Amino acid sequence: MMFRRTAKAAPDLPPLGAQRTGWLLAVAASALLPHADHLPGWLGAVTLLLFTWRLAQWKRGWPGASGWIRTLLIVAGCAGISLTFGRLFGREPGVALLALLLVLKLHELKSVRDGHTVVLLGYFMLLAAFTYSQTPAMAALLFAAMGVITAALIALTGPPAAPLALLRQSGWMLAQALPFMLVLFVLFPRVPGPLWGLPLDAHGARTGLSDSMEPGSISQLSQSGEIAFRARFDREAPPARDLYWRGPVLTEFDGRTWRQGTAARRTGGTPPHPVAGPRSGYEVTLEAHGKNWLFALETVAALPAGARVSDDWQVLSGDVVRNRRRDRFESVLAARPGIEEWSAHIDAARRLPRDGNPRARALAAELRRQSGSDAATVDALLRRFRREAFVYTLTPPLLPGADGIDAFLFDTRRGFCEHYAGAFVFLARAAGLPARVVTGYQGGERNSVDSFIVVRQSDAHAWAEVWLPAEGWRRVDPTAAILPSRVERGLADLAAGEPVPFVARADLGWLRTLRHRWEAANNAWNQWVLSYDQQRQRELLSRLGMAQPDWQTMTAWMAALCGLMAGALTLWALRRAPGRDALARAWAGLDRALAPAGLGRAAWEGPLDYAERVAAARPDLAADLRAACTLYADARYGGAPLAPAAREIRARSRALRCHRTLHHR
Amino acid sequence: MRDALRRWLASLGGSPALPLTLDRRRIFVLPSAVGLVWGGALIAMLLTAINYTLSLGFALVFMLAGLGQVALLHTFRNLLGLTLKELPPEPVFAGQPARFALALDNASSRARPALRLAMAGSDEALDIDLTADAALTFHLRVPAPRRGWIAPGRLTLSTRYPLGLIRAWSYGQPQQRCLVYPQPESDRPPLPPGDAGTLGLRARGDGSEEFAALRAHRAADSPRHVAWKAWARSPDAPLLTKQFDGQDGGELWLDLERLPATMPLEQRLARLTGWVLDAETAGLRYGLALPGQRIAPDRGPAHRARVLAALALFGLPS
Repeated sequence: MMFRRTAKAAPDLPPLGAQRTGWLLAVAASALLPHADHLPGWLGAVTLLLFTWRLAQWKRGWPGASGWIRTLLIVAGCAGISLTFGRLFGREPGVALLALLLVLKLHELKSVRDGHTVVLLGYFMLLAAFTYSQTPAMAALLFAAMGVITAALIALTGPPAAPLALLRQSGWMLAQALPFMLVLFVLFPRVPGPLWGLPLDAHGARTGLSDSMEPGSISQLSQSGEIAFRARFDREAPPARDLYWRGPVLTEFDGRTWRQGTAARRTGGTPPHPVAGPRSGYEVTLEAHGKNWLFALETVAALPAGARVSDDWQVLSGDVVRNRRRDRFESVLAARPGIEEWSAHIDAARRLPRDGNPRARALAAELRRQSGSDAATVDALLRRFRREAFVYTLTPPLLPGADGIDAFLFDTRRGFCEHYAGAFVFLARAAGLPARVVTGYQGGERNSVDSFIVVRQSDAHAWAEVWLPAEGWRRVDPTAAILPSRVERGLADLAAGEPVPFVARADLGWLRTLRHRWEAANNAWNQWVLSYDQQRQRELLSRLGMAQPDWQTMTAWMAALCGLMAGALTLWALRRAPGRDALARAWAGLDRALAPAGLGRAAWEGPLDYAERVAAARPDLAADLRAACTLYADARYGGAPLAPAAREIRARSRALRCHRTLHHR
Repeated sequence: MRDALRRWLASLGGSPALPLTLDRRRIFVLPSAVGLVWGGALIAMLLTAINYTLSLGFALVFMLAGLGQVALLHTFRNLLGLTLKELPPEPVFAGQPARFALALDNASSRARPALRLAMAGSDEALDIDLTADAALTFHLRVPAPRRGWIAPGRLTLSTRYPLGLIRAWSYGQPQQRCLVYPQPESDRPPLPPGDAGTLGLRARGDGSEEFAALRAHRAADSPRHVAWKAWARSPDAPLLTKQFDGQDGGELWLDLERLPATMPLEQRLARLTGWVLDAETAGLRYGLALPGQRIAPDRGPAHRARVLAALALFGLPS
């Protein structure tokens, strides 16, 4: 206990002591560590060097960085950052700049105010770290870092204390803040971002389908075990072989690359043609992929608000999918849409380059002549794929740029789904049938823990669609003709020696169970924490019984609950009313010690009268009781310090309690 | 304006007169400068979280907002239940700082760190760390350039503990004034020679001590002059003091009007004050004559205090 005399003039600028400096070093360490893996190498090295230097200054008393060194470093650092990233604004350069500022601020710690700057920079760095990763592990790490930074904040204000005591206090305060956080998290009206144009680097490069296809583009994707999206069906999920998740539809062909056609650019808010049949309802949680399409099962019948569907039945979002999003769809799995297709779209689906691939054209003409009808031609083409010695492989040989389809069909005969789909559509068009390539995902794995269907990049697929006048568009999957298990069970049954992606392997059952658990936990985290957006918020609040979860109601509830919690916390804080201070408690304790022996104090009795009355009745207790009562009277009415009196009264009460019992025995 | 606001605030929970136990109606809380910056930073962080759709960013911002709320309560609680008391202030001479003695009592089992006590009119503040169940006595100094009563300024007890984001404060008004004696003239002439009954009378100045009579003992009398032998003979009788003629140098009248009228009043009072000190040091008995007020010759601390108080308050409205 102590007091210091300070001048009033500069109340906010007391110098930092060694202990506070140490805490600020801890702040910098815990705020910079989560950024270690994405700061540019040179900046990481500079940061580490500057930090170590400051640490040595603190621990060993090394000389610090002088003003001009700091100026030099900040100028050079900004130049380096703008050279590395090509600009100074945006997420990545922003984080780099913050890291540099934080570590340089450590070399300029003069007053408590500098300490507060470091603490605020530290909190900002934690927020910035979440733009890189929001996994549960990262969350745990960053909230631990928050504990350290908050302890530093306490150290900046309070007297010197043991580090552990400060950490405990910070943890205790954060625990009290937790209910507020939960209420605000659930009820704070969510605004869909972004508020302003995000810089280009806001979201890193994503894997996923593209709007064009050439040999090799999908097999490359198949190597990735990354999750593309998850789906949950209202009822039992359909079997994997029926799950065709439709992505970009590719109509135009230039001899090597398939691209989207005009039908893809004509979009509407409802399906282009009515779809009849039993509907399956499901919800798709799509990972960010940096493109504007969504994935729904063929054939989509009902769309979420804001989504659009093109004339070739591809579902599109209004904007690029930058964040994980969740949409509800309904699809009719056995539909054959488009009997009344526009002739422009049918003509586009017939077009072929003027020349190239002569052998394929000849084969198509031959099969067409033999079959007679359109439907029979399709069967003949499929039979051809099934009968010939085609190999389904993830590592197809390179095809020549010209006449690639000929080379594949007649020479190499080894390919992945994009080879088969492309070749099939080419043959169908050469035979005079309108046909197009559909890319997307096929199948998906059912997680046994949470029953979500998990669709990965390795499930990327390409298939074909043929338009038949009597039925509309019919799905034809030539890959299924070659390797039926591909659509039943995914890539697991590829020939030995194929580089099957690890997650697609069927063996290692226990590992699969473990993976399912892990992914289900991740999914729950994604669904309820990371994807907690406006839509999820309304769903949850409706389910909790809020009739109209608009922002006014939410704000009202939020205010009410926060007020309630603040009230509860206040009650807890004030649970010792000021009147019942230590002295009053001690005095009440004295009464409790003597009342069982019938020596309690009457309400009207003053302390000194009481002492005399009991002393007369019980001389053995007189000394202690007189002392206690005198102490109380002096402290309560005479202005003697309360606390020592209370302590002494407590001691006397203990003695009296012993005496009283002894006497009774 | 600002002072009126403070006065009004101070009176909100009842009279702020000391002794005072800080209850919840007397404690005010507002964000500190750091707290305002913190709030601004939180808004910036919230916008970032919205813009990048960072769910955990929201969680972080809301956690910090909750922390602010918790800090408010903890800061408030750091003052709650403290008792401020005052002790009677000792008189000082003008030019010295007046010292207002205060006691802060923490009758709870919680430590109260990082308290700051300041008094209006004082240019210093006390930073206090109180442990649990403890009381601390200290004093605040206020410049006292002029003689007379100096009233203590309003006390502000404040704290920002634990996070520094919130400032909680409370007011207290000490009741006891501090008496400021005139500043003794520094280059003052020596004590005037005595002339019977007037300006400075020094009867038989050299202090030959002839026993004259016995009189009743007064508290201010030196123990050397107690008639110990008389007391030894009859211990039940009251103590007597031996009186000597020309005791320790004799009697002196300090008369304001005997000083040149051309001298400013304050300087005359300063000179008399100096002479009081000199007379006391020399062991003289001295009386004070002011227009309309006479204090019979005597000596000792109580007499000195009486004389100095008369000098301090001369001509001032009480």
